[in-house]
Amino acid sequence: MSWSELLRPFEFEFFRNGIYVATIAGALCGVVGCYVVLRNMSYIGHGLSHSIFGGYAVAGLVGVNLFLGAGIWGVVTALAVGGIVRRRPIGSDAAIGVVTTASFALGLALVQLYGSPGRNADALLFGNVLGVTTADVWLIVGVALATVAVGFFFYRQLLFTTFDTQVAAATGVRTAWIDALLMVVLSATVLATMNVMGVTLIAATLVVPAVVARMLTDSFSKMLGLSGVIGAVSGFVGMNASYHLDVASGPTIVLTSACFFIVAYIGGGSLRRRAATVAHAH
Amino acid sequence: MTPREGVAASAAGGLIVVDDLTVNYGGGPPVLIDVDLTIEPGDLVGIVGPSGSGKSTLLKAMLGTVAPVSGSVRRAPGLAVGLVPQVETIDWNFPVTVAECVGMARARGLRMPWMTRTERTEIADVLDRLGMHGLGNRHIRELSGGQQQRVFLARALFTNAQVIFLDEPTSGLDVRTRHDVLHLLDELNSDGLTIVLTTHDLNGIAAHLPTVVCLNRSVIGAGRPDQVLVPDVLERTYGSPMEVLEHGGMRVVVDAPLGSNVTPLRRTGTTGGGASA
Repeated sequence: MSWSELLRPFEFEFFRNGIYVATIAGALCGVVGCYVVLRNMSYIGHGLSHSIFGGYAVAGLVGVNLFLGAGIWGVVTALAVGGIVRRRPIGSDAAIGVVTTASFALGLALVQLYGSPGRNADALLFGNVLGVTTADVWLIVGVALATVAVGFFFYRQLLFTTFDTQVAAATGVRTAWIDALLMVVLSATVLATMNVMGVTLIAATLVVPAVVARMLTDSFSKMLGLSGVIGAVSGFVGMNASYHLDVASGPTIVLTSACFFIVAYIGGGSLRRRAATVAHAH
Repeated sequence: MTPREGVAASAAGGLIVVDDLTVNYGGGPPVLIDVDLTIEPGDLVGIVGPSGSGKSTLLKAMLGTVAPVSGSVRRAPGLAVGLVPQVETIDWNFPVTVAECVGMARARGLRMPWMTRTERTEIADVLDRLGMHGLGNRHIRELSGGQQQRVFLARALFTNAQVIFLDEPTSGLDVRTRHDVLHLLDELNSDGLTIVLTTHDLNGIAAHLPTVVCLNRSVIGAGRPDQVLVPDVLERTYGSPMEVLEHGGMRVVVDAPLGSNVTPLRRTGTTGGGASA
């Protein structure tokens, strides 16, 4: 394949928009995903994206702004899961399973009955370069900037709460507030990423870069940075692959990050063994 | 260590005053009943008692993370507290280096994510003080048992806490390491730090502390170890007969059948000078 062929898609505005969104979304999900993975909440991303699909359909039917409606729906779902866990003897994994899947089912039923609001359902489910508009680019830029601001100013509180909630609370960190803040950031991230990744694959964009970064470093700040870079590269490479292979963008982006995982798994293992050998030799 | 008067007998107006405190969880049976306890500046207090006696709950109440059903916990205005958690509760695979772990403690308010130069110097100083020079870039899993305990002690010290709480600081540690931790706590206490800890270890820890509080939902006894580590108080605390032996000049608490080469102390009816029930 020649350079001109590789660069050809960049002539199209829709593709440039897609590349912007995929790269920024990859970095964003990479960073937010670190908190998700380290809190053992990998499935909340999966659940929230499904739930937001339901919110999308409902918002379309009621006739309110799709993003706003779906976003509020996502936050309400996250709070509902928390509420059920507190009031009934049900684990959070089971509560996520009930609430978010029911919301997803509602979305599917509404789309079948009344058609998809705005975009076709396939694009929402699996992600589509063609679905990306300039408004989507601005949305993801806005969410990314807000997330950077939250991550910057609340870095230590987020880290303390994630690592050691009880001690953080005991020493004066408002952990419930920090948890809620993280859920809002997560909902916004999922919402802004849905067009490119699709509902079914967002969990992977949140989880895979963070897991790869974790295998490569023992430092939290380095993990955040690495995960963001791996997410961004996966988004960029995956979006290009999507165009050239004529496959939906969600799967190609996830497969790219899965390649990172395989390389890190094999390479990281031998690195650790070498480090251990060196340490023993000293 | 300087033996101190029983904390419960001290006058009101200490750093932390627990007054007639009753606590339960979600309307269930009370975990603590009418507990009175005063922590004075410079105290080094060990809380002992059986599992489920409310030791951890009492710590939480003093830290303010558990609300009283009745009674009160008054802390001196602006009092800074630190908590060293049980090592069993730590996720040792969490990606934090020693320096990151210590640094996260200054988290309140809006702060820069990175450590300032002053903070980096302070972290290095506190690690030096705890005998962990040059270990700042190690991952927390790569430390020995005693060092792992010290990281969290360093984190508590880095917050400039005036009172440090330790929940079972020596569980899972070997004898030598336990000894080191005890010495370190004694040193910090001599430097003026107020320390409150819970422990299951009557002989290895509690017997060496200036002040011991025996807890079983209520305070059964409080005072110097020779005042409260006596059969009567221990039996009421643990709910089963325990003997206190004198062996080579040391008092040793046992619940096993007695050997022939040791002399049991007679059971006494008193609970010690500063004790309150």
